[in-house]
Amino acid sequence: MSDWLFFIEVSLAGLGSGALLALAALAFVLIYKATQVVNLAVGELLMLGGYLFFAFAAGWGLPAWAAVPLAVIGGGLVGAVVERGIIRPMLGESAISVFMVTVGLGSVLIGLVELIWTADPRTLPAFISTKPLFLGEAYVSRKIAVAFAVAAVVIGIFLLLFRFWRGGVALRATATDQAAAYSCGINVPGVFSIAWIVGCATAAGAGILLGAIGGISPTMGVFGLSALVVVIVGGLDSILGALVGGLALGLIQSWTGTYLGGEYTNVVTFGILIVALMIRPYGLFGTHEIERL
Amino acid sequence: MIIGTAKETYRADAALLTTRPQQTWTGVLALVLIALPFTLNDYWLYLVCLMTINAVAATGLNILTGFTGLVSLGQAAFMAVGAYTVAWMERDLGTPFPVNLVAGGLVAAGIGIVVGIPSLRVKGLYLAIATIAASFILHFLFVHWEAVTGGNTGINVAPARILGTELVSYFGLYWIIMPITVLMVLGAANLFRTRIGRAFIAIRDRDISAEVLGIPLLRYKLMSFAIASFYAGVAGGLWAYFFRVITPDSFPFMASVFLLAAIIVGGMGTIIGALLGAAFMTLVPELLRFVMDWASPWLPNATVLLSPVRTIVFGLLIIGFLVFEPQGLAEIIQRVRRFFRLWPFRT
Repeated sequence: MSDWLFFIEVSLAGLGSGALLALAALAFVLIYKATQVVNLAVGELLMLGGYLFFAFAAGWGLPAWAAVPLAVIGGGLVGAVVERGIIRPMLGESAISVFMVTVGLGSVLIGLVELIWTADPRTLPAFISTKPLFLGEAYVSRKIAVAFAVAAVVIGIFLLLFRFWRGGVALRATATDQAAAYSCGINVPGVFSIAWIVGCATAAGAGILLGAIGGISPTMGVFGLSALVVVIVGGLDSILGALVGGLALGLIQSWTGTYLGGEYTNVVTFGILIVALMIRPYGLFGTHEIERL
Repeated sequence: MIIGTAKETYRADAALLTTRPQQTWTGVLALVLIALPFTLNDYWLYLVCLMTINAVAATGLNILTGFTGLVSLGQAAFMAVGAYTVAWMERDLGTPFPVNLVAGGLVAAGIGIVVGIPSLRVKGLYLAIATIAASFILHFLFVHWEAVTGGNTGINVAPARILGTELVSYFGLYWIIMPITVLMVLGAANLFRTRIGRAFIAIRDRDISAEVLGIPLLRYKLMSFAIASFYAGVAGGLWAYFFRVITPDSFPFMASVFLLAAIIVGGMGTIIGALLGAAFMTLVPELLRFVMDWASPWLPNATVLLSPVRTIVFGLLIIGFLVFEPQGLAEIIQRVRRFFRLWPFRT
């Protein structure tokens, strides 16, 4: 019986980290959907969000209710600057060039963070109480539960916004056909900016939650690679894919980490990626692009 | 001013060096390469060797990415495969070093073919991500296949031997690293005068069109992966003889990014681009160290700042070149050449 309980606890923890993965994956998907850019710097934006929160909460001594929004807004600002500064000039270049630009951006962000806050790992000031939470008999860390709840709410809001908000519809129209969206009077460059701002703000928010659970360090951007696996498996342009893929990968990582040992998580993660690419190259829920000459 | 070079035969048209100045400068370069080890001190010789090793790996990646259009972020993992093969053969079989180097290249090529198999179904970014996955799985193998790789402690490599003399000094190593590099680069340059190389270029420009023209995509894409990985494997083997110890962290994921950055900075799809890029990207961190040393009287903690500044400059170089000079250093060289060729007129 206790084995069974332990399994449930492990699964719950997996769902919690899966929700964070889904949130980070959402940042990927938002940006890819609108601008067709695979943003490899999402992991680093995540890290930046964590550090911004650290700066506001620990450096300036702001309370958490003020520091969290400020860090998220800061992430959004970075997104705006990046979009206007280096993504806009790359418009029309090949996808690989833009991808490499984001790789360079990730490197710059890591360097900046190390320059300002040094390479030592830090812990965020506690803003979620550590009192344990029980679901029936199963124990859940409160931080993970909060992360799960926040991620669920944010993803729900995004799904609704995409469906009903004018901007969400504009974003979907841009994703389907840029030229047609232009001729319908949609401000396509504006949509690009919005997508980057919202995407980076989401990443920053996910970074705060991730940092609250595991602490922050300049190398925590590696988490972005797991999120990358999620979006490839789920489909680069599917929010539902990000959600399902994120939760599934969180569960799988948690199970392999517990039952096989922590060193196997990476292999299993990337093994899944390769299998998914072989069987369904465009993801579980992604759109299959047909190429014509 | 050279107005034009009239070619009377196909052979002359397809020659590697078509003009007199090109031939002269290549001769000068060859002389410089021979004179280098006699004039440089150990530190600079070390840098030159590192540059040439990176140049081999970057040339291989350029064949794959610059000429065939398949983006790979796993080149450093293939280097590691070559390095481990060489280290294992040196330790357990004791075969001579040329055999080891070729074997390292071949093993890497075999792994490259396996990694390249998804390239038939996916391309572009998806392929890049598949190679990231492959490099992480290889890294796991290096850590856990302890019988061959020695686990986290790695393998110490015995020095390469020629006729009983051990090559330990950079001076000695230069004489195996440089000729091999020259051979590999010449091989790459000649590859694009053959049917295979031209098929690669056709695939890069539009793979569906290439298939319609009768180029079997699977075979040529896998061939490109194999050749690129062979280059990486040989480069990794040279690396193993150069540093004489190899651990799973010798070739981190960032090394793959470094190589891709090198060909972007140098110029994708040009032979000289990979060479310039590898040299430039190897030199910049060292130059930064000089800058930081020079700035240390004003900046008290300059040595601490060195590593983050290097990371930032690395990223800025990638971004800057892609935004402002997408053709890379090779294009700058072309511009300089055009200036002198057309002088006193302007372009």
